[in-house]
Amino acid sequence: MTDSTPGQTVGPFFHHALAFPGDSELVPFGSAGSVVLHGYVHDGAGDPVPDAMIEIRQADASGAVPRVGGSLRRRGAGFTGWGRSCTDGAGHYWFSTVEPGLPFFAVTVFARGLLDRLFTRIYLPGAEDAVDGLVASREADGRLRFDIHLQGPSETVFFKFPRT
Amino acid sequence: MTTSQHTISDEIAKIQADSPGGAPLLDFAPYRSTTLRHPTKDPRPVDPEGAELLAPVFGHSDVAAIEADLTVQGGGEPIGERIRVQGRVLDGDGRPVRRQLVEVWQANAAGRYSHQGDQHPAPLDPNFTGVGRCLTDDDGWYSFTSIKPGPYPWRNHHNAWRPAHIHFSLFGTDFTQRLITQMYFPGDQLLALDPIAQSITDPAALARLIASYDHSRSEHEWLLGYRWDIVLTGSHATYLEPSDD
Repeated sequence: MTDSTPGQTVGPFFHHALAFPGDSELVPFGSAGSVVLHGYVHDGAGDPVPDAMIEIRQADASGAVPRVGGSLRRRGAGFTGWGRSCTDGAGHYWFSTVEPGLPFFAVTVFARGLLDRLFTRIYLPGAEDAVDGLVASREADGRLRFDIHLQGPSETVFFKFPRT
Repeated sequence: MTTSQHTISDEIAKIQADSPGGAPLLDFAPYRSTTLRHPTKDPRPVDPEGAELLAPVFGHSDVAAIEADLTVQGGGEPIGERIRVQGRVLDGDGRPVRRQLVEVWQANAAGRYSHQGDQHPAPLDPNFTGVGRCLTDDDGWYSFTSIKPGPYPWRNHHNAWRPAHIHFSLFGTDFTQRLITQMYFPGDQLLALDPIAQSITDPAALARLIASYDHSRSEHEWLLGYRWDIVLTGSHATYLEPSDD
């Protein structure tokens, strides 16, 4: 896009503006049928990125992508298919959600020191046609784990779409 | 910490001569924090599918009208130059992005964020959080009333100062149109020195981040008006429709 508005880094001081209660709980933590999707964000030296923000967009368990509001208020909103998680001091992000009926979570990554957003996907374990390296692992307690590496030998595969 | 502005400006000039571009360079060493945080591989081209083709939806249950006025969130008037920033959010095909969430955050008039991580020894303003939200209207218009943010120092290099800016977070109709950026003010002498702004190496593209002063939006004895339009990337919803042939 030659005339689109360029991006800029989210900077270090976004938490008080972008985090909100329930932001990472697409469904209440621990509720029936819920799953935790979580992981760590690392820089090129393998160190945690404590000032990143991850957003996910996903289908519901039946495979339908919700088109309903209420993500910022959550309470009583039903399943909106969107969430946001700011990493903590250990670079950890997490979501409480449901396993989507379509095979992946769409993901955007923002961070201080990252001048524009990055797009990737997190596929469910066993998904057919998954992009190599973008499959979550199932931990012994049932949580889905996916670490994001901005750089380095395990650098995550990031995407360019036809019109981005 | 001891690197001079002169050195940083030289680095910026060399990169800009080699690779003018409309999107910020992720690998942009003059902004030191990029060093270990930029991917080294080219992004993989993919066609968006499923959830990527639909942005999240927000509505009036998510955002109260008062959240668009950053000057009325404390017990009294915040200190500084009262402003209004208005503009349209359009997609890459010129269509308005309707009833979609816009989030903003900024420093106060003294250049200090109401964030615990900001240790710049400038005063906090008890009447200003610098955080706002609104929904665009049916023609894609957003409007925020605020205080002009101050420039502030940061530790990228010696005597480094960020130009005054307002952070904007935007959604389109596709998830692929997600954008977080910064709006700058016209005539700011710090823009040319700033490695974050200058990571957009094409001056025409950087100019798209600079608001215009718009006297028709100023209000008599009350505030100064600025206009800033935002153009997202194109929607894939129709672009990727399968054809019959």
